[in-house]
Amino acid sequence: MKSEKHTLTMLVDNEPGVLSRVVGLFSGRGFNIDSLCVAETMDPKVSRITIVTQANRPLLEQIEKQLRKLINVIKLRDMSDDRAVRREMALICVHARPESRDEILRLVNLFRAKVIDVASNYYTIEASGDEDKMTALIGLLKPMGIKKIARTGSVALYREPKRGI
Amino acid sequence: MERTGAQILMEILKEEGVDTIFGFPGGAVIDLYDELMRSGLNHILVRHEQGAVHAADGYARASGKVGVCLVTSGPGATNTVTGIATAYLDSIPMVVITGQVSSHLIGNDAFQEVDIVGITRPCTKHNYLVSRVEDLAKALKEAFYIARSGRPGPVLVDIPKNVGAAKTDYQPIESVAIKSYNPTYTPNAKQLEKALGLLKAARKPVIFSGGGVILSKASIELTTLARNLGIPVTSSLMGLGAFPGSDPLWLGMLGMHGTYRANMAISNCDLMLAIGVRFDDRVTGKTDCFAAQAKIVHIDIDPTSIRKNIPVAVPVVGDCKISLTELNRLVAEYNLSADNAQRAEWLTQVDYWRKEHKLAYKQQEIIKPQFVVETLYLLTKGQAIITTEVGQNQMWSAQYYHFDQPQRFITSGGLGTMGFGLPAAIGAQAAFPDALVVDVAGDGSIQMNIQEMATAVQYKLPVKIVILNNRCLGMVRQWQQLFYDRRYSQTIAAHEPDFVKLAEAFGASGLRASKPAEVEATLQRGLTMPGPVIMEFVVESEECVYPMVPAGRPITDMLLV
Repeated sequence: MKSEKHTLTMLVDNEPGVLSRVVGLFSGRGFNIDSLCVAETMDPKVSRITIVTQANRPLLEQIEKQLRKLINVIKLRDMSDDRAVRREMALICVHARPESRDEILRLVNLFRAKVIDVASNYYTIEASGDEDKMTALIGLLKPMGIKKIARTGSVALYREPKRGI
Repeated sequence: MERTGAQILMEILKEEGVDTIFGFPGGAVIDLYDELMRSGLNHILVRHEQGAVHAADGYARASGKVGVCLVTSGPGATNTVTGIATAYLDSIPMVVITGQVSSHLIGNDAFQEVDIVGITRPCTKHNYLVSRVEDLAKALKEAFYIARSGRPGPVLVDIPKNVGAAKTDYQPIESVAIKSYNPTYTPNAKQLEKALGLLKAARKPVIFSGGGVILSKASIELTTLARNLGIPVTSSLMGLGAFPGSDPLWLGMLGMHGTYRANMAISNCDLMLAIGVRFDDRVTGKTDCFAAQAKIVHIDIDPTSIRKNIPVAVPVVGDCKISLTELNRLVAEYNLSADNAQRAEWLTQVDYWRKEHKLAYKQQEIIKPQFVVETLYLLTKGQAIITTEVGQNQMWSAQYYHFDQPQRFITSGGLGTMGFGLPAAIGAQAAFPDALVVDVAGDGSIQMNIQEMATAVQYKLPVKIVILNNRCLGMVRQWQQLFYDRRYSQTIAAHEPDFVKLAEAFGASGLRASKPAEVEATLQRGLTMPGPVIMEFVVESEECVYPMVPAGRPITDMLLV
């Protein structure tokens, strides 16, 4: 059966050890984690964890059931389809030679990214978007020489209904 | 009311109906033990913390109540891990209370400090580190609630020394509700209707019942359903006793060491009603071939058990007892009965398998272990509580002791923990002081927790231990014989204690039988003697458990006697 990427987000109790329970479940049962994001929500007692995983249908069903079984997981949703918006962010430090600076700035504009630090030979770019956009930008910057990169995992939210639009 | 942490613990234990706890003191729990003296609770002092957890486990399995044990930090806590994992895999309700170093020392590698909450995270249903005395009551109440509700399991509560000693204003907690934990007890009515539709249409139905039926106390409902519809029943190791072993519809156990008729019936049925099971690999063998022609209805309270290993046609998430009660009601409403001409052929076929290959052994000059278990069954009329160690002794007990009632067979099914049987027997005996409790052991596994003989003697818990002494680690030796060309690597006992003298050294009684003719008299005598007794039977060393399905093969590939 085909394995696909899935973005799972869950609301969990904001307590010590909860992240370890979630991550331990993935490692202990041989599930895979592509990326992981955790932060507090508006309610300081609740955190949101977003995990991107690869799984076929039966495996995904098992992952979701196992996660729901954890006492500290309050709510879990699969945010993989169009009913959700997903974004990730990257900081990219790229070699900015005099001859490639224009091209870099052009790409930054095209991708609605920002240069947030300028050093003598390097620009550090802040970019955000869905996974495809990030992969495309990184691909285009690569020939200029990427010195280092820091990427976050994906975060996601369900779209609210669009009445009358 | 102002209370110390230790006082809160004792009050909550009593509130939760606990009368006996198993444990071993130490520095981090000294305040808790000090309060225990004034609590009026029975405490059984084991000789090793692993014994405490297995005893609490045996107590829970025999009585259906939550088992409780209390140990200190560090090594006390780590010694409980095997027992916790044992209970976790078999879904046994248990609360394990561990001491911890004082909260200001946590993380400093203090004396006897270990991160037991981290260590037991994957083998507990849930666990708590209580860092403030104000949080203790809530954690303990939740621990009992989680341990016994839904699919039961062990819950660990780690209490730092200063939390046990500190005082707080304490108000008893009336009821527990956890926002993110609501087990589904009542099954979906539509799913049950679907199940009934399949039952109606089935020509070759089989019921496969498991430990879940025993845990939800649904034996009567299961028996009613099977008898009313005339459906043959098999079970996993954990399910033995839920359906009477003497009933004509009983097929015997399923799986690797299951009976020929059970394995054949499952492999040829057109409908399997699986209740409170999780399709362990020891039951299914090669999953692609398992019940390949059957539509499967799977009832279980834990949604993760469903479609984990085996695809099913009709999943039913719910409590076994409630689901079976509801099914029985539907059966009556639709007037279904055992008078079903379409199924007569199936029952004839099952009966043919029953006659074709029976469980068998031939008693010759040397005692056969099966003969000892069979004689034990006859002498006790199937009424004893039987605990086992793990390996051949366990399988022969499952095959030759026929259980008519649930909670009589106490065995480590999922984890397969050697050394489980003796402490579990102590726990079961503590729950039922007047019952006959027998640990069927091998000479290998009995030595893993033999120190608990001292506990049995001290507390006058008259457990009877039947050692099937084959001078080897029989089950591994059997695999070596069958699949490793008789290369007996490390499985032959070069040296063993004199079990009779050992029993006497502990202050118990010891008996030995070396000839078949002595078996009955030795059992007769040992079972009626007061106090704990070790009965050693010198049995055939190269005896194998049959039938046997080699690991990973279809369950129809049975090696027969």
